[in-house]
Amino acid sequence: MAKRSTPEVNAGSMADIAFLLLIFFLVTTTMENDAGLNRKLPPIQDENTPPPPLKKKNIFQVLINQQNDILVEENEMELGDVRQAAIDFLDNGGQGCDYCQGQRDPASSDNPNKAVISLQHTRETDYSTYIAIQNELVAAYNFLRNREADRLFQMSFTEMEANFNDAQYNGDKDLLESRIETIRDMYPMKLSEAEPKESK
Amino acid sequence: MSKFKKKKSGDLPAISTASLPDIVFMLLFFFMVATVMREDTLMIQNDLPFADQVEKLQKKDLVMYIYAGKPSARYQKQYGTEARVQLNDKFADVSDIKQFIIEERGSKREELKNKLTTSLKVDGETNMGLVSDIKYELRRAEAFRINYTTRNGDASQNFQ
Repeated sequence: MAKRSTPEVNAGSMADIAFLLLIFFLVTTTMENDAGLNRKLPPIQDENTPPPPLKKKNIFQVLINQQNDILVEENEMELGDVRQAAIDFLDNGGQGCDYCQGQRDPASSDNPNKAVISLQHTRETDYSTYIAIQNELVAAYNFLRNREADRLFQMSFTEMEANFNDAQYNGDKDLLESRIETIRDMYPMKLSEAEPKESK
Repeated sequence: MSKFKKKKSGDLPAISTASLPDIVFMLLFFFMVATVMREDTLMIQNDLPFADQVEKLQKKDLVMYIYAGKPSARYQKQYGTEARVQLNDKFADVSDIKQFIIEERGSKREELKNKLTTSLKVDGETNMGLVSDIKYELRRAEAFRINYTTRNGDASQNFQ
């Protein structure tokens, strides 16, 4: 018997099928890569234990009221000025801080290890305002950490952190980690978030 | 004089579409690899606030999502306009958060349990009262690592 040639399969509809799949995946998936401000919450404390004693000059009080006004140390302030005010406070270096470059004002914080930023808000404060302030305060810490990291290791702190989290980074990660720790110890992020105030 | 008969001209040769499936498949594979499946259907408005000092959320499988905001327009008749919490695909009460965290934690491997992060996707217009209630519940559930998920942009845009 003569060999019968198999008829060619028509591939004309292949494109349609592939388009269908493509559109399905376009619709059901997202490409966004989430990013945000990382925070660590404090454990719940016993009501009866008194808070650790802090000198008033070591506390930088930021309050956001229900009209979303920003009060820094009881004075009203614009959002754009909060960052510099926080930097000045943290970097003051009243005593025991040889790397600080601040005014060394005895009425402001002693050193970055003791300086605490207290962020208070009311229940009516908008979340977006709160995030804006958080962002500025984190920016203040990042500014100081970057400055010190640049001085000591010739690399900015944010870059070090990005490299540390990057799986493809092929440098020495242990060294990087110890450097990050050093910088974190120089400017520890002490951001206290008190329970919201009841508005009257 | 067939010798001088000209070839039929005028109709163009058809463009071959044989490689079209290949091109589409290439696109398809790109999208399959570069994207993730949308996990939750949002029932709330979710305009995240702006921030520029952001860190990327690593490892999607170690993140728990808590959404909060006003119910979106088509749910407002049923649920009102007060900001609410959404867990997974449905509205929830603030007191359900602890149970939610425990369940999420239970579904993860033992060695990863302390690396779980909670991502707070909260609408910018929400009052902080609700957010602090959520935070208090997270502290009760001992889920201390949180991430205020934001959009990338200047902080002053939050006031517009």
